[in-house]
Amino acid sequence: MDAEQEQQDAASDVAADVASDVASDVALDVAGVGGGGFSRRVVIGWAGAGVALGAAGVGSVAAATRRDDPVPGAPAAVGGDVPFYGEHQSGIATPVQDRLHFAAFDVSASATRESLARMLKEWTRAAAAMTGGREVGSGAASGLPEAPPDDTGEALGLPASRLTLTIGFGPTLFDKDGTDRFGLKAKRPEALIDLPRFKGDNLDPQRSGGDLCVQACADDPQVAVHAIRNLARIGMGTVNIRWSQLGFGKTSSTTPDAQTPRNMMGFKDGTRNIAGSDTARLARDVWVAPGEGPEWMTGGSYLVARRIRMHVETWDRTSLKEQEDVFGRTKGEGAAYGRTREHDDPDLAAMPADAHVRLAHPDSNGGRMILRRGFSFTDGTDGLGRLDAGLFFLAYQRDSRTGFVPLQQRLAASDALNEYIQHVGSAHFACPAGIRKPGEWWGQALFG
Amino acid sequence: MSARRSTAAMLLTLAVASAALAGCSQKKDDKASSDAVKVNATDTACEVSKTTFPAGHVVLDIANKGSKTTEVYVYAEGDKIVTERENIGPGTKASITAEIKAGSYEIACKPGMVGDGIRQKITVTGGEGSAAAADPRLTAAVGAYRTYAQEQADATIPAVEAFAAAVKGGDVEKAKSLFAPSRTGWERTEPVAESFGDVDPKTDTREDGLEPGQEWTGWHRLEKSLWADGKIGDEEKRLADQLVADLKDWQKKIPEAEITATGMANGAKELLDEVATGKVTGEEDRYSHTDLADFAANVEGAKKAYELLKPVAAEKDAELAKTLDAEFTALEGLLAKYKQADASYTSYDKVTEAERKTFSDAVNALAEPLSKLAAAVSPK
Repeated sequence: MDAEQEQQDAASDVAADVASDVASDVALDVAGVGGGGFSRRVVIGWAGAGVALGAAGVGSVAAATRRDDPVPGAPAAVGGDVPFYGEHQSGIATPVQDRLHFAAFDVSASATRESLARMLKEWTRAAAAMTGGREVGSGAASGLPEAPPDDTGEALGLPASRLTLTIGFGPTLFDKDGTDRFGLKAKRPEALIDLPRFKGDNLDPQRSGGDLCVQACADDPQVAVHAIRNLARIGMGTVNIRWSQLGFGKTSSTTPDAQTPRNMMGFKDGTRNIAGSDTARLARDVWVAPGEGPEWMTGGSYLVARRIRMHVETWDRTSLKEQEDVFGRTKGEGAAYGRTREHDDPDLAAMPADAHVRLAHPDSNGGRMILRRGFSFTDGTDGLGRLDAGLFFLAYQRDSRTGFVPLQQRLAASDALNEYIQHVGSAHFACPAGIRKPGEWWGQALFG
Repeated sequence: MSARRSTAAMLLTLAVASAALAGCSQKKDDKASSDAVKVNATDTACEVSKTTFPAGHVVLDIANKGSKTTEVYVYAEGDKIVTERENIGPGTKASITAEIKAGSYEIACKPGMVGDGIRQKITVTGGEGSAAAADPRLTAAVGAYRTYAQEQADATIPAVEAFAAAVKGGDVEKAKSLFAPSRTGWERTEPVAESFGDVDPKTDTREDGLEPGQEWTGWHRLEKSLWADGKIGDEEKRLADQLVADLKDWQKKIPEAEITATGMANGAKELLDEVATGKVTGEEDRYSHTDLADFAANVEGAKKAYELLKPVAAEKDAELAKTLDAEFTALEGLLAKYKQADASYTSYDKVTEAERKTFSDAVNALAEPLSKLAAAVSPK
């Protein structure tokens, strides 16, 4: 069964590669050609898209869909697929999508190393299908009438929407209250620390931690939610969701030519992010190098997730001058104090000493950078009628001990922004390298 | 349990039974008589003149040649009654006319009107619906499950009568202690119980499940009087009697329930769904907080259906059977931790949010693979 499905996945990808050479305007159904799985979408044109994307150049091609005209040579257009297979996991350096569904899971008390590995294989197959715009298993509307369908079906008819699924392993997977549940303790990376308590933290245990995480990013919220829902379903009995977070409105960009989107405070923040195309910078600050910690993390990255609540009501009655002083940049253009354009190099000395930009800038942190993929969130209102809104901060780095931790210590100590925000959730995960080819599975290097 | 579940697991159709029963006292014409199946019933035998006959209007001419009053039944697969005639005295004759579709049946004579009877297999040929023969193990499973459902209903009556007696005696504390046990049989076989659309709304509706204009009767109405109001009045005493009457009505209907193997499998899953949506949240028994007793009964009923289907399911999907065995054990183990010395369960308002999450996870861990059981026993 495993091998067969893997062959089918492989066949689909080969078919897609072949198909890319076929003349344009030929209607193709990727999965149909491959003979396995089901396709949610009909690929209508391949002109100019015959460029295999992704660092390793393995896997599917960017699929142009009805919704979008193919853009010659451009990375996956809105609605297309992001290659699942590659040197690094997608969803880290991939251009940030519009929507997020992030889920942290705990492994069930009854699960074993074997059942966990079996689930991860199933997850990998499902992830490869969903990121390719295909249905899970035998699909959402086929199979026996008496049995529930394999796929939940709410993404039927939708394109892949640049869905990426990124997996991470939390500290408690390796060592939970001193117990080595799955024989993985010796493989815990030193860099996968228990994050220290930062000043001002008000962490809710029900929004923190987790043995595993999956970050689903897509341009369509329905596609991201569908992905987490189906993985959670497959995982039932082996893992259960500890907490999850929906996000909208990306607050940072990994495509630095673009304008940085605004956060819930109406400001551009984190304009100096690492570009997904800047391989040198990614190698320096994001990807774990060979020999750094356990072998299974080579090519991976460490993810810090923080739920940052914003006191938007008090912020909104703060004067424009104070708002700008807090950030150290203008609200309109987003330029640093003393500059005129968003991406102009800031003059840190021109800002108040406790301005957010001044404290967070790489120049104040020994040049060290982290790759941010944060999203805004609004989870309705709290019992006091206050908007439960803020930033779901996600940052990837080569080593959190030199990345997020010293930066956050500095910010927690003196950032003017602290008056208007509070960190209420926190988690840390080790995200391994990418799946290079069909047949490999999430966690194979760790469990193998 | 909701008042009106449209997804009645057992896909109830009562039409067959009522049509079949209609002809009990019909006077047979000559043509029918010549085609009639003769049944010679004695105290030790049940002889049938032919065991294969065509579908359609079938007449059974019964002669009781024994010394005891007897009754004769025609059973379809899974011991579903197609037609029956009771009280056939020694030395007397009776006839039954029934519309019978093609398929396999059993004729049973029950001397003394007790027990499973002396059985003869018969085959009704031709016409539509002569489907491929079902797996005899599944047929047996359906029959055994029907017996189980009947046993649970039979056992419920004295339990609910005791509860009603306490209510009528004005003994609030005693009535409280008998409330949860009176529900066990019902909760174990809830998908069958619910499938009788007219019984469930009278016995097991919660206040928020009432239709406009519907009178609130049944267990939860009395639960509210006992726990929230702490008193018993004339109205409650009347409702206690009505609950007994309604449940006796349910007890009588079990033989008519249409039960299939896939229906049993999905019924087991639905029992867990009941837990996942109503019990794990504490909604079901919001006044008495006896949710864990219902929860345990639901799991027991689901386990029974699974155990009966397991021989076939394990053959088709060994991994699934292994998973289900493990998850049933895990959930039973979790429930056992909350069982008190007197066999009652911890009051659900004493179960913390974190513990409820653990219950919820364990229920999902069982219900999700249980949803695959129907496919594993499907003939396709």
